[in-house]
Amino acid sequence: MALPEVKQSATEARLSALTLPESGCLKAARQAALSRVQTMGLPSRRDEYWKYTKPDTLVQAEAPKAAVFHADETPMFNAFDRLNIVFVDGVFDAEASDDLSLEGVTIDRIEDICCKDIHWAKDLYGVLEARGQTPVERPLAALNTAFASDGVAIRVTGKVSKPVNFTYVHSDENSDAILHHVIRVESGAEVTILENGPAASRFNKCMEIDIADGGKLHLVRAQGRDHERRAATHLFARLGTESVFKSFTLTVNGVLTRNEAVIELTGDDAVAHIAGACVGDGDFHHDDTVFITHDAVNCESRQVFKKVLRNGATGVFQGKILVKEGAQKTDGYQISQSLLLDDDSQFLAKPELEIYADDVACSHGSTSGAIDEEGLFYLRSRGVPHAEATDLMTLAFLAEAVDEIEDAEIAADIVSRLEGWLARRR
Amino acid sequence: MLEIKNLHVKLEDEDKQILKGVDLKVEAGKVHAIMGPNGSGKSTLSYVLSGRDGYEVTEGSAELEGEDILELEPEERAAAGMFLAFQYPVEIPGVGNMTFLRTAVNAQRKARGEDELSASDFLKEVRAKAKTLKIDADMLKRPVNVGFSGGEKKRNEILQMAMLEPKLCILDETDSGLDVDAMKLVAEGVNALRDEGRGFLVITHYQRLLDHIKPDVVHILAGGRIVKTGGPELALEVENNGYAGILAEEA
Ligand SMILES: Nc1ncnc2c1ncn2[C@@H]1O[C@H](COP(=O)(O)OP(=O)(O)O)[C@@H](O)[C@H]1O
Ligand SMILES: [Mg+2]
Repeated sequence: MALPEVKQSATEARLSALTLPESGCLKAARQAALSRVQTMGLPSRRDEYWKYTKPDTLVQAEAPKAAVFHADETPMFNAFDRLNIVFVDGVFDAEASDDLSLEGVTIDRIEDICCKDIHWAKDLYGVLEARGQTPVERPLAALNTAFASDGVAIRVTGKVSKPVNFTYVHSDENSDAILHHVIRVESGAEVTILENGPAASRFNKCMEIDIADGGKLHLVRAQGRDHERRAATHLFARLGTESVFKSFTLTVNGVLTRNEAVIELTGDDAVAHIAGACVGDGDFHHDDTVFITHDAVNCESRQVFKKVLRNGATGVFQGKILVKEGAQKTDGYQISQSLLLDDDSQFLAKPELEIYADDVACSHGSTSGAIDEEGLFYLRSRGVPHAEATDLMTLAFLAEAVDEIEDAEIAADIVSRLEGWLARRR
Repeated sequence: MLEIKNLHVKLEDEDKQILKGVDLKVEAGKVHAIMGPNGSGKSTLSYVLSGRDGYEVTEGSAELEGEDILELEPEERAAAGMFLAFQYPVEIPGVGNMTFLRTAVNAQRKARGEDELSASDFLKEVRAKAKTLKIDADMLKRPVNVGFSGGEKKRNEILQMAMLEPKLCILDETDSGLDVDAMKLVAEGVNALRDEGRGFLVITHYQRLLDHIKPDVVHILAGGRIVKTGGPELALEVENNGYAGILAEEA
């Protein structure tokens, strides 16, 4: 079927600005992804899935300029013992990165894999992304698979003693980065992945995560403090029997963010939690789009998204739980809430449940509201000044999402950043 | 300590006058009780004194130790020594009780130009005071008032009062919803705070609280006005005959 003309020309314009990288064993995956993009076309405002978020600047050939923000604080997660992998404007920085060897894990750069004929990542690269194209199309992810200039393939074979950390530095105000990571957690293996930074003026990131039976992956990311940066990220995760996937995302600032997550529970007794806390002030548009498929028995999924919005900021949540036939004893929970600190801000939510099994417990809720005046007065009547009381109530609002982070030190780091953001706005 | 003169209060959003000329003077070291029918304006008086939004003072004044408090923000009133034990303590999900207490104590100390309490001093003090009120460690950790029983909420109010050591304590129906044992605990908590420098305004419907917290003066508030003031015997009269007799006699 032919694409609408506007979509066709926008897609062609974007594609003509890109060249397929050297591909080696990933060549077939890249070419298949390219033809997916050509068939689907890149997102446009008319698309139902992009009803609340304008994709124009994510699609256009040139990345819009974004000033580089110089923070006066220690970068997140810096205090932790970790293996650090640094990308500057989407380009691997060997100098700044640690040696990529660590017990229980092998790490290869996509750029290196691209000149090899055989590599395990071939069976994962683009595979989960392609699966994630139905029932809803995600053309920016296919674009990523085709054109990603770098990224890493991480294979986890044991219980890794320290987190693998990605630091994404933004240094050029015209940068346009496409990174693609694939992670395979083998049976019974365990790893924590951290990500921090805006990465580029425009960042298209795709992460494919395959967790074998009994494997565990914790992912905590922070998307940087740059006000003008744009990001479209995709997370594809497939979970085997008794495996666990937990993810938390902190978004502070950023003119446009679209974080998509596509999670498939394919083995019995698997657990997937995905949470996010975002705080935005003014020119800020933040979209969490989540699709969780239960395709096995007795699995648990939890989505917890909290947004604090002020000065005309916009929050979007599109979240779906699909329970397939036979996925009995599914426990699905979804909550999306926004705290509007003024009348100009808005929150648009589209929570969905689609259930084809009869013995399931699924709940979803979405709320949007101002700070609880009763609570605020209660705090003030005990002597807590107005600004401090407001911050306390705001952090309390975010707590349910932050509580999804299992590691207390990481959670404390996240909370301190949120406190900083609030304190700067007093 | 507290001096209220001719206080008139209406609702901000509605043309409804609630307090219609309240005069009241609570001296340091004394316990004043306020009784009165439902809807007579007792809670309104306590809210207006502590600075809640939604009310408009149309006439009259209220001073705490000579300072006009009606112009102050709620937190400034708290720092000046005002404390209200709420009739309905507010639940605040996500804020730990302990964090809340420490934030409040230190905010008041800061407002008064005092040093913050060290974490260990604070802990020691909270634990000791919580123990006498039979508040366990779990209640201290939980979010403020969330999932607390009625009695636990009221004991939590008294714990806050004990930690903040205010000059004027207003207790709004702190006895309602308490069983006999819980009421005793609360009364003991209040009595432990009785002090020459501290005044109390105890709002209640029942003599039984006043058996434990002996008032010096009892007022009857009805129709937005104090219609009768007397000694402890006035509370007994209410207990025995209800408000009807007193109201008829004052009409
Ligand atoms: N915020 C409010 N909105 C509407 N009516 C109110 C409000 N606050 C108080 N009132 C009304 O004012 C009157 C006095 O209430 P209140 O002070 O709670 O009485 P009491 O505590 O003596 O029972 C009642 O008629 C009550 O309905
Ligand atoms: Mg009342």
